[in-house]
Amino acid sequence: MNPIALLPWQSVAALLAAIVALAGLPILPDGMAPASTALVFLLVLTGALVPLLRLPTATESFVLFAAAHGPVYLLLSGITGHEGQAGLAFFALVAASWLIAWRLVTVLSLARPTSRPMGTLLRLVVPTLFGVWLLLLWEAIVRGAGIPFILLPPPSLIGVRIANSLPILAADVQQTIFKSVFAGYFMGCAAGFSVAILADRFVFLRRGLMPIGNMVSALPIIGVAPIMVMWFGFDWPSKAAVVVIMTFFPMLVNTVAGLTAAGSMERDLMRTYAAGYWQTLWKLRLPAAAPFIFNALKINSTLALIGAIVAEFFGTPVVGMGFRISTEVGRMNVDMVWAEIAVAALAGSIFYGVLALIERAVTFWHPSVRGG
Amino acid sequence: MISAKGLDLTFQTGDGPVHALSNVDLEIGKGEFVSFIGPSGCGKTTFLRVIADLEQPTGGAITVNGMSPQEARRRRAYGYVFQAAALYPWRTIEKNVALPLEIMGISAAEQRERVKRTLDLVNLTGFGKKFPWQLSGGMQQRASIARALAFDADLLLMDEPFGALDEIVRDHLNEQLLELWARTNKTICFVTHSIPEAVYLSTKIVVMSPRPGRVTDVINSTLPKERPLDIRESTEFLAIAHRVREGLRAGQSYED
Amino acid sequence: MTDRLRDKIIPVTVILAAIVVAWYVGSYAMNAPFQRDLDRRAGVTSTTWEFVVKTMSQPKPTLPAPHQVAVNFVENTFFRKVTSNRSLVYHAAVTLSSTVLGFAFGTVLGILIAVGIVHVVTLDRSLMPWIITSQTIPILALAPMIIVVLAAVGITGLIPKALISTYLSFFPVAVGMVKGLRSPEIMHLDLMHTYNASAGQVFWKLRVPASVPFLFASMKVAVAASLVGAIVGELPTGAVAGIGSKLLSGSYYSQTIDMFAALVAGSIVAILLVSLVGLAGRITERVMGARPA
Ligand SMILES: Nc1ncnc2c1ncn2[C@@H]1O[C@H](COP(=O)(O)OP(=O)(O)OP(=O)(O)O)[C@@H](O)[C@H]1O
Ligand SMILES: [Mg+2]
Repeated sequence: MNPIALLPWQSVAALLAAIVALAGLPILPDGMAPASTALVFLLVLTGALVPLLRLPTATESFVLFAAAHGPVYLLLSGITGHEGQAGLAFFALVAASWLIAWRLVTVLSLARPTSRPMGTLLRLVVPTLFGVWLLLLWEAIVRGAGIPFILLPPPSLIGVRIANSLPILAADVQQTIFKSVFAGYFMGCAAGFSVAILADRFVFLRRGLMPIGNMVSALPIIGVAPIMVMWFGFDWPSKAAVVVIMTFFPMLVNTVAGLTAAGSMERDLMRTYAAGYWQTLWKLRLPAAAPFIFNALKINSTLALIGAIVAEFFGTPVVGMGFRISTEVGRMNVDMVWAEIAVAALAGSIFYGVLALIERAVTFWHPSVRGG
Repeated sequence: MISAKGLDLTFQTGDGPVHALSNVDLEIGKGEFVSFIGPSGCGKTTFLRVIADLEQPTGGAITVNGMSPQEARRRRAYGYVFQAAALYPWRTIEKNVALPLEIMGISAAEQRERVKRTLDLVNLTGFGKKFPWQLSGGMQQRASIARALAFDADLLLMDEPFGALDEIVRDHLNEQLLELWARTNKTICFVTHSIPEAVYLSTKIVVMSPRPGRVTDVINSTLPKERPLDIRESTEFLAIAHRVREGLRAGQSYED
Repeated sequence: MTDRLRDKIIPVTVILAAIVVAWYVGSYAMNAPFQRDLDRRAGVTSTTWEFVVKTMSQPKPTLPAPHQVAVNFVENTFFRKVTSNRSLVYHAAVTLSSTVLGFAFGTVLGILIAVGIVHVVTLDRSLMPWIITSQTIPILALAPMIIVVLAAVGITGLIPKALISTYLSFFPVAVGMVKGLRSPEIMHLDLMHTYNASAGQVFWKLRVPASVPFLFASMKVAVAASLVGAIVGELPTGAVAGIGSKLLSGSYYSQTIDMFAALVAGSIVAILLVSLVGLAGRITERVMGARPA
């Protein structure tokens, strides 16, 4: 039987790419030793052909890992300093190692983990590989095609920029997240929650507020930012005010919905105990509403960051993430903007992650948590 | 203990009124075990809910322990066991049983003591720290009975408590329930769909029929208080079961 | 009908009226200090009522009174040529066009990605976690850079804004659609399996119909996000047209009334878009034979 037919499509494509690369040699006009060129080809061929050997999953994964990341490492170190000189061979080989990495991810996705920690590890490794390759391809394309760094800096430069500007980034985080976001987030969520309790007590208020609350969630509330800046000045209170307005309604709507989540039998039970309103609220309805409330807290964590950063586009003291983004964009320091965005992304994920952890601890009983 | 006179209850629904209870007269004495049996929709649940002040009658009079149902509820005169266990998933079994005690403001030490006692009573010793979903359906239902027993009300209202359980578990729980009733001397109102269950458990069987829901027969059991499971093969048992079946059939023919 | 009146219309009207009253009180309270200052300097004394009226007729109030906003809105919406730079219809149309373009791209992209995730295990394992994580990221912060960088390579106008909208709208659609395509119960999937149905048949006859309610629910979120993206995309460049630019120029010249009117216009656009998507969803479900709610 034809051995090519036994290969997965990624391997076949990688082989084709390698052949195209052979036709397009050299990889770079100067700067890449023949030895490394040979090694790149050797690794790519190994990676493409290894499925033929029918190795155990673990061994095959190791070979694929080396065969994908070795070439791309050599190629990237070759291109650094020779930006824009890459020819067809360079891109074909990058594509080949990417295809091998894809094969690796496929193998790992289909692997049947033998133990729980193994399974967890696999669930983390697969998306990590995906993320890493996104960055690698970005780096290779920007450097290979010689895209001006002023338009799109490669990730390595953004990393350098982050490392070199830690004090500035820290000050921005302090201003935007620890002052504006946290203050606004706590006030907005607390206000939304309190009004939800009121709306729960007074049916009239609930009937009036709910349609309005649902509608407001579709409105571009972020537009109040310039008005808040005008009212509360340039410093963090105006940003916090925007965040309060943005986080209030999701909390209100979700909490009110959550307070109706307790079943009628559970409520009747409380009635048979002649429990008062507050006892029922505290012992039954709030715990039952917890998943809804956490949903609002998580939605709000993202909204709060967006609100604070965008509000800073309308004026700040000379510190803050939004301020940095808008001024550095103006000066075409795009790497600093990316650094700031990376930090914002990290902060957003941490914020969300912490909330998700608390949620797991508090709503451990909910089927969605205990099932997964 | 409970006395209903000419009790009427009509639900106003979207498509006209529903007569859930019509002219119900019933006397239940202290320490009795009363079963309610009848076809679906004949108002068994509704009657229990009226006793529990979860539903207001639209006519007639009812007293529980000589008081209005509302007052009885305020004084925590009864425990109610629903068809499903209705345990709170965020509380352990212990904490679930302690729930009514917390609401009634009983001290923590006393709570612990009572929780332990009632869990022993329903044979759940050692399961107090588990969460509801970690228990089988039968165990969950026993936990919900423990919760109803925890505050020592004289009256126990049970709405098809074993309806969702299989035959074997059900027999077992029936035996335990009888034993518990004998030991605590409570008054129990018990809704069921099963004739053998009703006959096996009760000192008094109330047969009901639907549209409008009313009492068609009240049968006083002649079975002794001591009831092993195999009493269900005795002729006396079968005779009572036959009478119940007749009563149910009479209620049916009434409709035609 | 009377139920609807009692349960919805009356409470909502009362709450809205309360908001308007609070707004009037607020605008008196916030504009009074400046007006007092003004009067003192000019040496004018006025009765309480005259004073109240004056606080609500300043040209650049701190908080414009509702009627000032309403007048400004009506004037700039109905009594200007739609090509005029002052017409809100003109600005709304500019924003609307990039919103709709971005929303359309984003929806298509989101659906395609969702189909990929549901059918390719590798994508599910590698891409899905990133889609979920990226919802926690303040993506909107990218807006100024996208605009400026694209402007530097000569792409301006509609496309950069639409890109931001695309970006913002594809996440909710992708996530909702994945949920929807996975919503059929095991039993229904097993049934298709007993028929020996192909993947394509399962997709068209089971997964797609099951996903429609999810799709429209997430499209409502997406269209709102799309509008926000378009508005924020109009902020950084000193764009000359669009609701965002109207807000920005208003904030330069402290023209609060203009800003509020622009906000009202934006809100109306949002409500229109969300209602349209909702209507499309209801019609689709009706055509597909769902029970009318
Ligand atoms: N809240 C309610 N609103 C309107 N009608 C109701 C309500 N609750 C019960 N009913 C009606 O009252 C009648 C009696 O209901 P009930 O629940 O007491 O029956 P049941 O004997 O317990 O039946 P089952 O054996 O099925 O539990 C039924 O016709 C039912 O439809
Ligand atoms: Mg019932």
